[in-house]
Amino acid sequence: METSIIISGYGGQGILFAGALLCHAAVIEGKNTTWIPSYGAEMRGGAANCSVNISDDEISSPVIDKADVLFALNLPSELKFEHRIKPGGLMLLNTSLVKKIPERHDIEYLNMQLNEMAEELGGAGFANVIAVGAFVEKTKILSVESLKQALKEMIPEKRRNLLPGNLASLEYGVNFIKNLTKVSL
Amino acid sequence: MNGETLVYKRPDTLIKDKGFTFCPGCGHGVVLKIIAELIDEFGIRENTIAISSVGCSIFLEKFYELDVAGASHGRSPCVATGIKRSLPDKFVFTYQGDGDAATIGFNETIHTACRGEKITTICINNTTFGMTGGQASATTLVGQVTTTTPRGRKAELTGYPLRVAETVANCEGAAYVARVAISSPKYIKQAKQAIRKAFEMQLKGLGYSFVEVIASCPTNWHMTPVECINYIENTVEKVHKLGVFKDITKGENI
Amino acid sequence: MAKVLWKGNQAIAQAAINAGCMCYFGYPITPQSEIGEYMGDKMPELGRTFITAESELASISMVIGAGTTGTKAMTSSSSCGIALMQEAISAMCCAEVPGVIVSVMRGGPGLGNIASAQGDYFQAVRGGGNGDYKTIVLSPSTIQEAIDLMYKAFHISIKYRNPVMLLADGILGQMMEPVEFGEYPYQDDDVSTWALSGAKGRAPRNLVSLHMADGELEKISDRIFQKYKIVEEKEMLVDKFMTDDAELIVTAFGTTARIAKSAVKKARKAGMKVGLFRPVMLSPFPEKELYETAKSAQMILDIELNQGQMLLDVKASVFGACPVEFLGRSGGGLLTDTQMLERITTLYNKIGVRV
Repeated sequence: METSIIISGYGGQGILFAGALLCHAAVIEGKNTTWIPSYGAEMRGGAANCSVNISDDEISSPVIDKADVLFALNLPSELKFEHRIKPGGLMLLNTSLVKKIPERHDIEYLNMQLNEMAEELGGAGFANVIAVGAFVEKTKILSVESLKQALKEMIPEKRRNLLPGNLASLEYGVNFIKNLTKVSL
Repeated sequence: MNGETLVYKRPDTLIKDKGFTFCPGCGHGVVLKIIAELIDEFGIRENTIAISSVGCSIFLEKFYELDVAGASHGRSPCVATGIKRSLPDKFVFTYQGDGDAATIGFNETIHTACRGEKITTICINNTTFGMTGGQASATTLVGQVTTTTPRGRKAELTGYPLRVAETVANCEGAAYVARVAISSPKYIKQAKQAIRKAFEMQLKGLGYSFVEVIASCPTNWHMTPVECINYIENTVEKVHKLGVFKDITKGENI
Repeated sequence: MAKVLWKGNQAIAQAAINAGCMCYFGYPITPQSEIGEYMGDKMPELGRTFITAESELASISMVIGAGTTGTKAMTSSSSCGIALMQEAISAMCCAEVPGVIVSVMRGGPGLGNIASAQGDYFQAVRGGGNGDYKTIVLSPSTIQEAIDLMYKAFHISIKYRNPVMLLADGILGQMMEPVEFGEYPYQDDDVSTWALSGAKGRAPRNLVSLHMADGELEKISDRIFQKYKIVEEKEMLVDKFMTDDAELIVTAFGTTARIAKSAVKKARKAGMKVGLFRPVMLSPFPEKELYETAKSAQMILDIELNQGQMLLDVKASVFGACPVEFLGRSGGGLLTDTQMLERITTLYNKIGVRV
């Protein structure tokens, strides 16, 4: 099975890191994966996005035409990529910044007040990892353990102080989905 | 034989029985011979790699018993850099003209000097593109007649001659920079002295050394060799002044 | 060994280090600057040479210098920077000096843009240098292949004493995927028979590209072209995917070929007999291999991120065995597998093969 994910927001939201985090975890699980940063004129425009593929088989195209999953961490991302989600796909929406009413009825929306959640954990910088936590708990395409391992590998020695916050953010995202599930039950 | 003293010997670095093929009165032969003598004196022939450049300076392998690498227009110091960085123990020098080192390749000359590459450049400055038939170069004097300045170089149209040695001397990585001439036996001795010093700088690993040699080009200057000598001493040297512009072993600049 | 996630540009640089590259000379340009940055970090630590040159003219000439001593050296650049190196590349071929050039293509012409493109196919395989010469060009479509081809590039550059270019594109340089660095698998040729080292105990040598004597240059030209024939026979690399029974064969190189493979797989799923022929060595071009493959097909569809450059080599190789169609996009835009599949489907129906 191949999952294609577009993560999009603005520079500073940790967009590229979130994508790389998923990739690292995929490698830990022995899966194939590709990651491409937003590439072209957008590179300097304040907008940031990356495309991630995770698959058990060989990945032919690293370029995502229609995505299974979109992380829209700001409004321009929602506007730009909403139509590029496959029918039956998932959009993880940062409702702190996206106040718009969703247009599609053939995809699932996962609404999260990511900015407020991140502030709870001590800073806006954690929004990306909260989103990743929620995503893996919801889709189960990667294990939370692999994500934790990936965080440990990716955060360099000299920035070790950021690790606990990131691990907590991951848990926060995971628990958000768990609680959601309880409620809906 | 007993009682005989060797007063002259053809340098071993020059290929036997092979004369220079330059025009009569050209300065290249004199400088190439000085270099050959010095390579013999230092005993470094078998440890030397020379880099030829584009222009009349190109035929090193035709005259020298040395390993020779070629370079494209102006790029000899880069080729020399690649060689020296690969084989730091070799003695590496470039032999270039003003069209090459000061015109198309001046950027390379400056950056090589700034990097302090432990190589030596001998730059023959005859204020013209000799091989292509006498066009104006970056060092052509104001008023000088060339095939591209048939009414003399006009400053208002093409600016002023580049002071090569002075500019190279400004680069921190340059260890020794001098401008010499070969228009008289005295000058030739001084030139040899300067080139010897330049070689020593490299052999001691002190930095980049650069010797600019003012030389004549009778064919393209349309002068006899004697007229060339007078022209150099009365006119060229007034603009391209002789001297040592940098010598880090002296601890002072001139 | 477990696979590790690497960015393309950095993987290319590390592969060069593994291959024994002793000197890196370069000048920054997007989208390949990470190669120089990586080298600037690693090479001095390893006691090897790293220089940010004053220009691409300079960096390729430094590669020549190192190459004349038989030292493994490389430079890397992108489109406009590679353009500046052409004179020197021609001189390298003439003087038979080895060296590796990594070209990570961006959009052109002119300064173009920094997006991924394949408009420098001609620049790589034809070259903008003067005279009769060929650069050996290798084109990876994954980061793993980029690593393996870097190894090969260094090996055959020394073996054939000719510049070898790794032709990648912006996507390959910028993307990450898991790779495995095997050890450098080659036994390199002895360079002491020709390299410059100072004429000690032997006749002087020269590696120059000016040959004025009567007939001298002709001899050299014949010799190097004889060499290119040997490269074609002994080193040729192609990647064929489901071409055996294919009625329609897609030709593509680099990242485009990778995306095309996805389209081919989808076409197969839809019941169309479609295959992919990917030249991995672009110069010399796999003429024979493509002709043999094309003979049994009904049609070729060449796909490139340009206005049709490899297309000329494809047509020349197919030599009328079947019609050759083209799908391209230039200026830095990408072709998706959906767009490719659309064209494949249209053409497949046109040739009258029942789906």
